[in-house]
Amino acid sequence: MGIGLPFLNSKPLTLTFKIPINGFSRFFEELKNGRVMATKCRGCGKLYFPPVAECGECFSSGMDWVELDGEGEVEAFTHVVVRPESFKRNPPYTLVVARLKEGVKVFAKLSNVDLAEVRVGMKVKLKTKIVGDEAIYEFTPV
Amino acid sequence: MFVLRKVAVIGVGCSKFGVRRDVNVARLSFEAVKKAFEDANINGKNVEFLAVGSAGAGGLYEEVLPAVVVAEYCGMTGAGLTRCEAACASGSAAFFTAYMAVANGLVDLAVAVGVEKMTELETPVVMEMLGRAGYYLWEFHGFGPTFPAYYALYASAHMEKFGTREEDLALVAVKNHKYGSLNPLAHFQNRVSVDEVLASPVIAWPLKLYDCCPISDGAAAVVLASEDKLRELKVEDPVWVRGVGFSSGTANLSRRGDYVGLKASVLASRMAYRVARVEPRDVDVACVHDCFTIAEIMAYEDLGFCKKGEGGKLIREGETEIGGRIAVNVDGGLKAKGHPIGATGCAMIYELVKQLRGEAEKRERQVPLKNYVGLAHNIGGVGHYCYVTVLGR
Repeated sequence: MGIGLPFLNSKPLTLTFKIPINGFSRFFEELKNGRVMATKCRGCGKLYFPPVAECGECFSSGMDWVELDGEGEVEAFTHVVVRPESFKRNPPYTLVVARLKEGVKVFAKLSNVDLAEVRVGMKVKLKTKIVGDEAIYEFTPV
Repeated sequence: MFVLRKVAVIGVGCSKFGVRRDVNVARLSFEAVKKAFEDANINGKNVEFLAVGSAGAGGLYEEVLPAVVVAEYCGMTGAGLTRCEAACASGSAAFFTAYMAVANGLVDLAVAVGVEKMTELETPVVMEMLGRAGYYLWEFHGFGPTFPAYYALYASAHMEKFGTREEDLALVAVKNHKYGSLNPLAHFQNRVSVDEVLASPVIAWPLKLYDCCPISDGAAAVVLASEDKLRELKVEDPVWVRGVGFSSGTANLSRRGDYVGLKASVLASRMAYRVARVEPRDVDVACVHDCFTIAEIMAYEDLGFCKKGEGGKLIREGETEIGGRIAVNVDGGLKAKGHPIGATGCAMIYELVKQLRGEAEKRERQVPLKNYVGLAHNIGGVGHYCYVTVLGR
């Protein structure tokens, strides 16, 4: 309704948030070393991925870093065809949630895979990769 | 125990949903508020508290403080005022806030307005803003999920576990477009067939274009009153708020127990049924959160309209049509009526009030009333927030 009616352009604004990663910056450092890390609460033993600096269960601030083996099984997946603005230059991609042997689940991209092969229950493994100046983690088929 | 006061809905209004480039957020809200005020026979000066539900303030449209803009434009400046954000359940959060203001005895007349403008930005930017509305740091930043993608994850798991088929999902779109074509306020006025849904382009597999709600502009307004106010205004036989239930889910999707239902829906609905002293089988008409077709199938199960895993069967057997076991989304749902995210919760209340009064337009979609009980189920995010509201007469 109303296509062709008069409008005013707002002032354009580009927002870049400086997101503090203090408290779990080691996660990003270790990614560059090829390791995907989780944190384990010293107070109650709960394992966290994504990592946290404080435990929301027992409110302890004592966390140990634990390397994840990364092997897991797909619980849910999708192939994203219509991409958001900042991913529009990427080709369509596959996203999954997989449960790792350690018990935590990881939401990440699944790469190097034939779409027809992706299914719930598929065995996958986490690996790290350097893209531009950022280290990332993603799944590949086992 | 503190006992809440009885609260009635005495006025509702809803704008035309769709691509509304003819109005800004203030005028769009006015369209709904004017109808609600006429319906309740009040004006802005009578309003003691206003809650505005809107999720995209400053992000999807230009106004950062829409509540003050809406209050001024609709003659309610001076009333107690807040904006409520609960993603796509912002309208229900506003309704709940206004309801509580009356129920706890602080005021006798409160208004909830839900409003969203979603077509002022280019579509990929809107997809981005909605995709960011999970956990930006751990999900969007690295992987670029969209909202259809989040629900598609659930669809893949539901299909695997229960054998739900893409055709079952398509049937939800077929039903809701059918009723949307009978609702003059709906964004989509066209019917679709199963074949058309299945042949539409993939957005995030297994969800295709016709499995997804449109990006819409719209507003809805609800006037709530105490029993004292009803006597003063000489309102008889209103629609009552029988109960509200609420819950939430983790920000990280990876911290969910499973991907075949929304726990927040289960918990919120159980609470609403308990408070309202009704059971699923008592509900004559329901508005459930069908932002994507899979969401309606999961809602059937999570709200107890059928057993877990039997949502596909329920739609296949036509039990959620008018004349079936329970009429669901006979205003077209989010799927066809449109989903201006902050407006949806109040638009559900609008539809239920019209149905419970026997005033649904067009007449073909008036639900036969047995128990005079209606239920609104409004999800924010992917079960990040949930409100369930039970109304009755």
